[in-house]
Amino acid sequence: MARKQTLTKRISVTALAWLFSGAIFFPIYWMVITSFKTELAAFSTPPTFLFFDWTIENYETVQTRSNYLHHAMNSVILAGGSTLLALLIAIPAAWAMAFAPTDRTRGTLLWMLSTKMMPPVGVLVPIYLIYRDFGLLDSRIGLVILLCLGNLPIVIWMLFTYFKEIPKDILEAARMDGATVTKEIIYVLAPMSLPGIASTLLLNVILAWNEAFWTLNLTTSDAAPLTTFIASYSSPEGLFWAKLSAASTLAIAPILIIGWLSQRQLVRGLTFGAVK
Amino acid sequence: MNKHFAALMGAASMLVAAQAMAETKLTIATVNNGDMIRMQGLTEDFTAKNPDITVEWVTLEENVLRQKVTTDIATKGGQFDVLTIGTYEVPIWAKKGWLMPLDNLGDDYDVDDLLPAIRAGLSQDGKLYAAPFYGESSMVMYRKDLFEKAGITMPDAPTWEFVADAARKITDKDGEVYGICLRGKAGWGENMAFLTATANSFGARWFDENWVPQFDQPEWKNTLDFYVNLMKDAGPPGASSNGFNENLALFNSGKCGMWIDATVAASFVTNPKESMVADKVGFALAPDNGLGKRGNWLWAWSLAVPAGSQKVEAAEKFIAWATGKGYTELVASKEGWANVPPGTRTSLYENPEYQKAAPFAKMTIDSINSADPTKPTVKPVPYTGVQFVAIPEFQGLGTTVGQQFSSALAGQTTVDEALASAQAIATREMTKAGYIK
Amino acid sequence: MSTRETRAVGRLLVAPSVILLFLWMIVPLALTIYFSLLRYDLLNPGMETFAGLDNYYWFLTDPAFSTALANTLMLVGAVLVITVVGGTLFALLLDQPVFGQKVLRLMVIAPFFVMPTVSALVWKNLLMHPVSGLFAWIANSLGLTPVDWFAEVPLLSVILIVAWQWLPFATLILLTALQSLDEEQKEAAEMDGAGAIPFFFYIVLPHLARPITVVILIETIFLLTVFAEIFVTTGGGPGLQTTNIAFLVYAQALLQYDVGGASAGGIVAVVLANIVAFFLVRIIGKNLEA
Repeated sequence: MARKQTLTKRISVTALAWLFSGAIFFPIYWMVITSFKTELAAFSTPPTFLFFDWTIENYETVQTRSNYLHHAMNSVILAGGSTLLALLIAIPAAWAMAFAPTDRTRGTLLWMLSTKMMPPVGVLVPIYLIYRDFGLLDSRIGLVILLCLGNLPIVIWMLFTYFKEIPKDILEAARMDGATVTKEIIYVLAPMSLPGIASTLLLNVILAWNEAFWTLNLTTSDAAPLTTFIASYSSPEGLFWAKLSAASTLAIAPILIIGWLSQRQLVRGLTFGAVK
Repeated sequence: MNKHFAALMGAASMLVAAQAMAETKLTIATVNNGDMIRMQGLTEDFTAKNPDITVEWVTLEENVLRQKVTTDIATKGGQFDVLTIGTYEVPIWAKKGWLMPLDNLGDDYDVDDLLPAIRAGLSQDGKLYAAPFYGESSMVMYRKDLFEKAGITMPDAPTWEFVADAARKITDKDGEVYGICLRGKAGWGENMAFLTATANSFGARWFDENWVPQFDQPEWKNTLDFYVNLMKDAGPPGASSNGFNENLALFNSGKCGMWIDATVAASFVTNPKESMVADKVGFALAPDNGLGKRGNWLWAWSLAVPAGSQKVEAAEKFIAWATGKGYTELVASKEGWANVPPGTRTSLYENPEYQKAAPFAKMTIDSINSADPTKPTVKPVPYTGVQFVAIPEFQGLGTTVGQQFSSALAGQTTVDEALASAQAIATREMTKAGYIK
Repeated sequence: MSTRETRAVGRLLVAPSVILLFLWMIVPLALTIYFSLLRYDLLNPGMETFAGLDNYYWFLTDPAFSTALANTLMLVGAVLVITVVGGTLFALLLDQPVFGQKVLRLMVIAPFFVMPTVSALVWKNLLMHPVSGLFAWIANSLGLTPVDWFAEVPLLSVILIVAWQWLPFATLILLTALQSLDEEQKEAAEMDGAGAIPFFFYIVLPHLARPITVVILIETIFLLTVFAEIFVTTGGGPGLQTTNIAFLVYAQALLQYDVGGASAGGIVAVVLANIVAFFLVRIIGKNLEA
């Protein structure tokens, strides 16, 4: 009897969970579905959900018009490169803040975070002028540096939170054993905060992947990632929803797959410092 | 073996180097509209004729393109060799010396074949600074079947009064048919393009001869009252966020009785692949109010070369190819006459094959010819431009004022309030920019 | 002895990153401050003159400024409330034993990976459009009048879109936090016969305090500069109803090409962000300690 009740309960909870999750996921489903419709079918009412003439002509158009792989490759390089560079700089800095804090550490951290809240368009022209003079316009290196700097405050802050969770006793024990700072970081700190580092890495890859201001304004072709690929399909004169849906599906597919595969690491690390 | 290989590699790399030296790479920035996409697809024809030139396309949506191109040219970033810009930018940039005059387009280019109104908009002191790729005006597109059902006949040159009456008659909100679809989304190139052009036909103007804003004048009130009331009675819901594309989708799915917008839309609404009403569309000139000016605008997407470019020769070769008569024939032979970029050359409109393939040809050319950027409205004005004011400040100002008008359309403010804030904003900005002393 | 050595090595190790950080904070900021004091019209290069605090005067006296400020705070506040409350409820739901939990998690986290431009376009054209959008079709099928989203409730529409993007983030963090709640604690509470509601308020909520803080902080950083969603859907309108500070600075920089004014706007935005950060820390900062 009791068992049956749990089963009923479980079924109704399941139904509820699927309903809400379905609603959240729906816009993405709808976009993917639209990418397989003709332009005419894409905006016709009543809408069709599954039973329509599926077509891949939008993907063919996108394929002949743009070099998807080139843009995707750039996205991978920019997102990956900027994140790795940021970690390289941030790990020592966060270490210093967590284990050798000064009076100003907290203030500095908050200040850093608040610079992130400046609308990037406010510094567009100064940055553009600097990049022009250094020949960094439309270069991958230039963007890697900029995206890295953009996300650095968050990276440092996240790592700082994780490092602070590590019991000081362990570090002191390591020091007693004569470990140098480098060894301390490599052998003690890094393994302990690996989940934190992993999720910081993932979160920043996602953020850098979706960054659409600098990547649009500082690239033309050589370094142009998927955000510019999208910009060449959005809002032309004429109907574009189906083609845009196809381009969008292609643009988010890699990051969606990476995200899905790694979501456990992403979340575990994010809550590492937050949950005890 | 190894030696041979090394020698081979050396030779190959030298070959590559030599080729790279001879090749000029043109980076071309363009808008992602259909005609440009078609041009991109036909690039091979150009590179086959000019084997020493390679072409790199940067195709972006209009707003993104504009902000990139403007930032680049103003800071002399030198990222682009050929720019796609509109009739708004050309006079301003030419005056600043940012563009190269196009003197060497070749003997067979036939500059005099360009439509006079378009050519005037792209010239400064008699020199052509940008070559028109396609030109457009605005006109009325209407559903012949709905007009027939309502027992009304659309004249070739309707008045606003007629349009408003017809729109109200056709509207059947339960059947999701709206008498008229007009732009409402805020933006200097969105609702303000339409409203400024319409205001011209109501006798309104942006500024008087001393650059004093005129939104407190009755002509503007008439314009806006007319527009807001008409849209309330006969427009679709959500009009305040509709731009060109939103209206196109509405019209193509059979929900608009009339639509006043760019002439290039004609080829979209008559294309059976994109439109459910392809065989039921008629065309008419943009309406007037008996004051001698029609509410149609003038725009041309044009190709220009930034000053200081190292590749002027190659760039001019490309521009001559893309905007010359040969390109028109190339498109006609590959994609049919209806897909030829419209609105730039007199010869196209004299071509019987084009007239046959494009039922909207006559209306397009008449609309373009009736727009005059130097005398856009009834009263004298200190500026040029039909649906815009060719001063650098207009983009910002037009968009802010556009937000006010869009708000009035959405019913969030009254027409009087919107006009009062528009007047205040415009006065403030013009004072800040030093026009009003 | 060894400690001193450690410290020294530590300093050396940290030096490059600290210097870089310092440069990052100082160089663009110094440049922006410098530009904010110039009368610099991008369309009139070479004509820059010193303007003193004029740019600040024009930016702060812009009638749009106070509206934009209010909209910014409203947007941040509303999205935070929706994502935290919604995220908590969602997490509680998904924490129950349900069939296909793994698939559900994937579905729920997906919106977080979508580029803001893309999600705004999808919402605007495919879902919220009052004539051809899906919501309009649903409303019509139910015999209701479709809501004209971007005209009637423009700010709410933007809030909904942004909240949709951030809800997965909140849900996932809170869900993981919930799952780390001791099974024993749950069972003990069940044994005691504690009702679901007291259990939630006395056991679950305190447990979630820190993850919620993390969510709020990270989201605030991004929500203060929301731009793409507004640009794509409403263009800041109708009127100024969806203009936030980021959009105002954009209009200054890339519509009016007023580099000086935009720089001043950027500096104002940073100052405002610091004020927000200050209060945020006052209110929830306790949770970050310990």
